[in-house]
Amino acid sequence: MALDEYQKRDFKIIGTRQPRPDGIDKVTGRALYGADITAPGMLYAAMLRAPHAHANIKSIDTSRAEAMSEVKAVVTAADFVQGLGDDTQDVIDACIARDKVLYDGHGVVAIAATSRAAARRALKLIQVEYEVLPHAVEIDDALAAGAPVIQAGRRGNKVPKGYNDNCTNWCEFGHGDLDAGFAKADKIISRSFRTAATHQGYIEPHACLASMGPDGQGDLWCCTQGQYFVRTLCAEIIGMEESRLRVTSSEIGGGFGGKTTVFIEPIALMLSKKAGRPVKMTMSRDEVFKATGPTVSSVTDVRIGMTRDGRITAGEAFLRYQGGAFPCLTIFPGAQSAFAVYDLSAVRTRAVNVMTNRPRQAAYRAPGAPMAIYAVESVVDELCQEFGLDPLEVRLLNAASKGTKSSYGPTFDDIGLLATLKAAKAHPHYTAPLGPNQGRGLSCGFWFNFGGNTSVSLNVNFDGTIGVTEGNPDIGGSRVSISMMAAEELGVPYDKVRTIVADTNSLGHNDVTDGSRVTFAVGLATIKAARAAIGEMCRRAARVWDIDEDAVIWEDGHAKPAGPNAGSHQPMSLAEIARQSPNTGGPISGHHEVNAEGAGVSFGVHLCDLEVDPETGFTTILRYTVFQDAGRAIHPDFVEGQMQGGAAQGIGWALNEEYIYGKDGRLQNAGFLDYRIPVASDLPKIDTVILEIPNPGHPYGVRGVGETSIVPPLAAISNAVSRTIGVRMQELPMSPPKILAAIKSAGN
Amino acid sequence: MVKVSIWGSLRSATDGMAEVEVKAKNFREVLEALKRDYPGLGPEIDRGVSLAIDGVIIRESWFTPVQADSEVILMPYMQGG
Repeated sequence: MALDEYQKRDFKIIGTRQPRPDGIDKVTGRALYGADITAPGMLYAAMLRAPHAHANIKSIDTSRAEAMSEVKAVVTAADFVQGLGDDTQDVIDACIARDKVLYDGHGVVAIAATSRAAARRALKLIQVEYEVLPHAVEIDDALAAGAPVIQAGRRGNKVPKGYNDNCTNWCEFGHGDLDAGFAKADKIISRSFRTAATHQGYIEPHACLASMGPDGQGDLWCCTQGQYFVRTLCAEIIGMEESRLRVTSSEIGGGFGGKTTVFIEPIALMLSKKAGRPVKMTMSRDEVFKATGPTVSSVTDVRIGMTRDGRITAGEAFLRYQGGAFPCLTIFPGAQSAFAVYDLSAVRTRAVNVMTNRPRQAAYRAPGAPMAIYAVESVVDELCQEFGLDPLEVRLLNAASKGTKSSYGPTFDDIGLLATLKAAKAHPHYTAPLGPNQGRGLSCGFWFNFGGNTSVSLNVNFDGTIGVTEGNPDIGGSRVSISMMAAEELGVPYDKVRTIVADTNSLGHNDVTDGSRVTFAVGLATIKAARAAIGEMCRRAARVWDIDEDAVIWEDGHAKPAGPNAGSHQPMSLAEIARQSPNTGGPISGHHEVNAEGAGVSFGVHLCDLEVDPETGFTTILRYTVFQDAGRAIHPDFVEGQMQGGAAQGIGWALNEEYIYGKDGRLQNAGFLDYRIPVASDLPKIDTVILEIPNPGHPYGVRGVGETSIVPPLAAISNAVSRTIGVRMQELPMSPPKILAAIKSAGN
Repeated sequence: MVKVSIWGSLRSATDGMAEVEVKAKNFREVLEALKRDYPGLGPEIDRGVSLAIDGVIIRESWFTPVQADSEVILMPYMQGG
């Protein structure tokens, strides 16, 4: 099916750098985040969390807490409907433990009280008797024979024999004859790689205000990446119809995939329902680390064959991911994307998900792809070293392009990988000299992108200004981009358009803000909503001029007569048409509802220069450049911001970030002091090169840019470190002790 | 008839075949035909799958047309972050 949405045109507003509408609010504190919402008579919630990695709950005694006059509601898992579908049941089970706790920090009892202090005092009065069970927090431990079973009955029916009951999901992808492919290789390298679980590291902890009325109607305000999905989940969990729950998203202080599900919202709603008063619930940073979803950790075995002139003849990988104490589908995009940047005649990936005593994973930018591609790109780099080949030339030789049968099945149409590689090759960064103890690494990256269900409403106000209502929280500058697309299409100045984010009862459904979908899908819907409004404005002008509506065209924000019988009327501006609209038929608006398909895959290439201190193993990133295909950069600042942000998070993932568990299975570093994300002083200026290979599935050619940028940094940095110290690094994060140990093990 | 590629771990439901043929002219009919002809695929399809049709990943749109010569790949339902 050919996509034909894109039409080449000259833009006036697209591609410019307009001021963001939320900037002043955010720097002055006027913006309202999840924790800023209050209501009269509000109660404060607190959660008692388990101090064990794995334990049966023998009994819960809340009587002393309930005896406190300040305590207005107590909630346990027994308050929730059981027997929901597996996916939804897992969501609420991850929020509050049923029969046993599955990870350190798992919620057990929630309290709503008249003050935070009273709620905390009440928690101390709750008696929970546990039967501590053996635990497994590492992949190897959970896969081992005799490992404790995290949840019985969850073994996947596709999991092959020989894997234990913790294995919930299995997948295989690929094509071609591996044996024949490897037989053509001059060198085959097999390696095993490990990545740690990392947190999305959003600065704003989860927060919400829930208010359930005695009539069974409810309101929920929360920080989320998808208010509609929150409504769907919470309505099912609480047992109410969706229309009776209105969810309003706040400003969001970062999400990166971690706010695509719920962790506290159903608890707050149930507390409110029981107390009959609004309930505010916020997480501490400690709770965010312990009881929300980091990404998966991974062990990946990779085997790749290459000829001495750099042609990859075959590749295979076996991925083991753990996504916490629940089934997890992140292995699928991991296995699909591992070799996606290469044109291979023989490729196979297999993957298994194993449950562990860790919190339920949540999506994190391009979920599953960074760790898989890290492993593949590391071995490709080592093969380049083996043959003395330029790693960028080898990528150019093997890059997927139009007509390539991808490693996950479909044949690629027009894609931007070759263009990004050529841009990297031509960039002065690639040939800049390096000093002692310095090295350069590169990696390609890939992400699928998608569109999804989207509704947009565009109103032409009587004064000629424009209001756009969309339904996705603004996590990356989407309001400005959407306003720009509306202004471009209507032919009005950018500052005449204001875009707001609707609550769930004010606009049709919108999928979660994920898959790098918003600028693509909401942009597409906005453009079509504007076109619908233009059509109506042309009809109004035709009526005023008493000519056929087909004789009216829209140019530069004006209705104009066109055609032989249209007459010689003066063009009518949008403002004039808007002002006259009460007289010509009433308010003018445009709508568009779509399940947007055809998002277009995205590729990127990262170059990294760094220096390793041989005395300490400390790594300093010296120079970093991101090359990425954006299809069309609506607002270059925000595209660059996505590219830089992904690179920054990837640098943290590669060098420092990890969940560290003690022998007791408890998380040891639940705070930013011990969980080390990069700060500004850790990073160089991250340079960006935006390529624009239009996506035929979008009227302006847009591709999603939010996720691909976190994929290449892991391998780019690991390759640079490996080349610098002369040892192939196989584990992330490459914290100084690990690098120092690698240097010493090699006798360097 | 439309040829549909089946990813590796689902081939146990298609007697090991990597590619099957079904009678269908759109997304919905492909999935209905797969469930009818290969009941073992039913649970996976009901949980949610995508189809890549001539290189374009379609997640849900029932009436997306497929032609007899279309490249149709059964894929997991795509989710992101």
